[in-house]
Amino acid sequence: MGALGSFGMATKPQQTSRQESAELSLDTAAVLAREEHGVSIAGRSPWYLAWRRLRRNYVAFAFLFLFFVMVTSCALAPVFANHVAHTDANSNHVGEDIKVGGKIVPVISAGGTYTDPKTHELRVRPVTILGPTWWHADGKFVLGADGNGRDVAVRLLYGGINSLKVGIGSALICTLLSVILALLAGFYGGWVDWVITRFFDLIWAFPVILLAIALGSALSINGFHHFGVNIASGSLWIPTIVISYVLIPYIGRPLRGQILSLREKEFIEAAIAQGATPARIMFAEILPNIASSVLVFFTLIIANNILTEAALSFLGAGVQPPNPSWGTLIAEGQTRLITAPWLTLTPGIAIVLTVLSLNIFGDGLRDALDPRAKIRVEH
Amino acid sequence: MAAFAIRRLVGMILVLVAVSFIVFVIFIVVPGGDPAQRIAGRTATEQLIENVRHTWGFDKPFYVQYWRMMQKAFNGDLVSYTNQTNVVEQIKAGIPATLSLSIGAALIWLFFGIAVGVLSAVTAGKWSDRTITLIALVGISMPVFWLGLIARYFLAEGGITTAFPDGEYVPFTASPLQWFWHLLIPWFVLAVLFIGFYGRVLRGNILDTINEDYVRTARAKGLNPRRVMMKHVLRNSLIPIVTLFGLDFASVLGGGAILTETVFDLHGVGQYAAQAIFNFDLPPIMGVTLFGAFFIVFFSALVDLAYAFLDPRIRPT
Repeated sequence: MGALGSFGMATKPQQTSRQESAELSLDTAAVLAREEHGVSIAGRSPWYLAWRRLRRNYVAFAFLFLFFVMVTSCALAPVFANHVAHTDANSNHVGEDIKVGGKIVPVISAGGTYTDPKTHELRVRPVTILGPTWWHADGKFVLGADGNGRDVAVRLLYGGINSLKVGIGSALICTLLSVILALLAGFYGGWVDWVITRFFDLIWAFPVILLAIALGSALSINGFHHFGVNIASGSLWIPTIVISYVLIPYIGRPLRGQILSLREKEFIEAAIAQGATPARIMFAEILPNIASSVLVFFTLIIANNILTEAALSFLGAGVQPPNPSWGTLIAEGQTRLITAPWLTLTPGIAIVLTVLSLNIFGDGLRDALDPRAKIRVEH
Repeated sequence: MAAFAIRRLVGMILVLVAVSFIVFVIFIVVPGGDPAQRIAGRTATEQLIENVRHTWGFDKPFYVQYWRMMQKAFNGDLVSYTNQTNVVEQIKAGIPATLSLSIGAALIWLFFGIAVGVLSAVTAGKWSDRTITLIALVGISMPVFWLGLIARYFLAEGGITTAFPDGEYVPFTASPLQWFWHLLIPWFVLAVLFIGFYGRVLRGNILDTINEDYVRTARAKGLNPRRVMMKHVLRNSLIPIVTLFGLDFASVLGGGAILTETVFDLHGVGQYAAQAIFNFDLPPIMGVTLFGAFFIVFFSALVDLAYAFLDPRIRPT
């Protein structure tokens, strides 16, 4: 079976006709790879070739740009809060009025009962929450207010910081641990491999989301205070560590497979014959050969982890309120789905844009780095 | 074959034992409130808590407690710490909803996943493929619980229409029509992620298979292209999908649809687990985790067997 991933015949030599290949090739990167058969690739490093393929994939770059826009806007949350919205993530503006397009409007209208002047019946006046003002209120409540009179736009940006911290942080830890475990298992084989593979199998056997929620909520009660490690209960480290732990086999397993086959190659034999230490072989010989897969996995796992964080926080087992994250914002918003849909819509759209940009860029990166690799993150 | 079956069976049992032990340890090592205090109630005296601790065996060493819990789980009299209901009964009560949700969603995601994969593979590179790929990626990038809430808002709560029911499960035996109507949105919401994912995997597989020699032979024989696609290409491209499907279906069945069930208030196994976790109630969490892990290990053995059957080049080991 050919080892092609989601891109097909273009890179295969037994192509029948050029026209047909154009029909059946899918990604721009695959087309580029085919075109490059004529171009000189002699004397170029694989990284340079990958870059040459990647830089012509405008779609991937557009979405990478979108990801940076999301990251930068979240990073600028304090600036926006202090200089535009003039509030912070947790201040409450319940009894206040603001000027929207020249009209004075309460942030949260007083509810209660009143007597209808005509029929003299007692009526209930529902509480209304200020909706998105866009830019009509000088940057205040751009995306509306929530049930506690807090500025949704500000909370969205601060929540983004937390979601991205957890997503990127857990992706880093998860990738690092998986690479080390896969290297140890693949290089040493024998009982080391047996133990590590069983460890992967064990985590694999749990329903992932169930394990993550159980761990997350257990740790959220009192934090973790064992073995000299002290993590407070509301800490962002809890979701970060839980997510990186439960997703280890999803990267570790495929990497181990790659390393097992690399282990049999002549250059490893040569390194052993030269008397290289195991550490040197693992990190200087094997690691560079799996680096491109690791990079792609890393990109795609960030996307996956942002989704997992959102799910955990939504169920109350991730980032703990009042600390915002995109998941907790959706959880808070869901009770006011009818009266204040913007509370639920905006954080969800932020998640979709961020995750989508990473998924598309990750795909492009995979196509560019190794047009014949079959690496995927399973959701 | 017999050796394979026995080896897998022993492996399954070991994995389940390890899984149950890990869940137990999580709740013993991690300080999460004293179960004795929980059972005794808020206004309990020291003496009462002490009595509860003794009668429930919380003063025993942890391995004795673990052993007792496992005995109870297999005798079917595992009892919740929070409300003293029977865990096995509660899981049984959740199975119809979870099963209905999983099977319906699985049919939808298989059908649309295959359709998406085939469509984008046969039109690869054209605008239709690009559009489908983009939609599939958007589907993969959406948090399932958010999609559920949005669907509820737009379709059930008046964002666009109130035509659809707003969550809740109606048993099939009570009213087949209402059962179908109530599950329609949850099915699609749960299926979206898988449709996108399967579609992309299948597209890659089909484009791989098209290049195989036997496909060229079939074409050279002058066979109808559609027949080549269905009988030669698709049949082989679907094999990896079998693995994915087995594992995904097992995880959805075993409480993995926790988010969809919670959002739509379906009272399935997943939602039961979510409530138990929220109450920090060890016995139900243990029950549901074992239930879920059982499906996962069982279906992965099944998938290996199916694989050997579908692709004679692979032999079960």
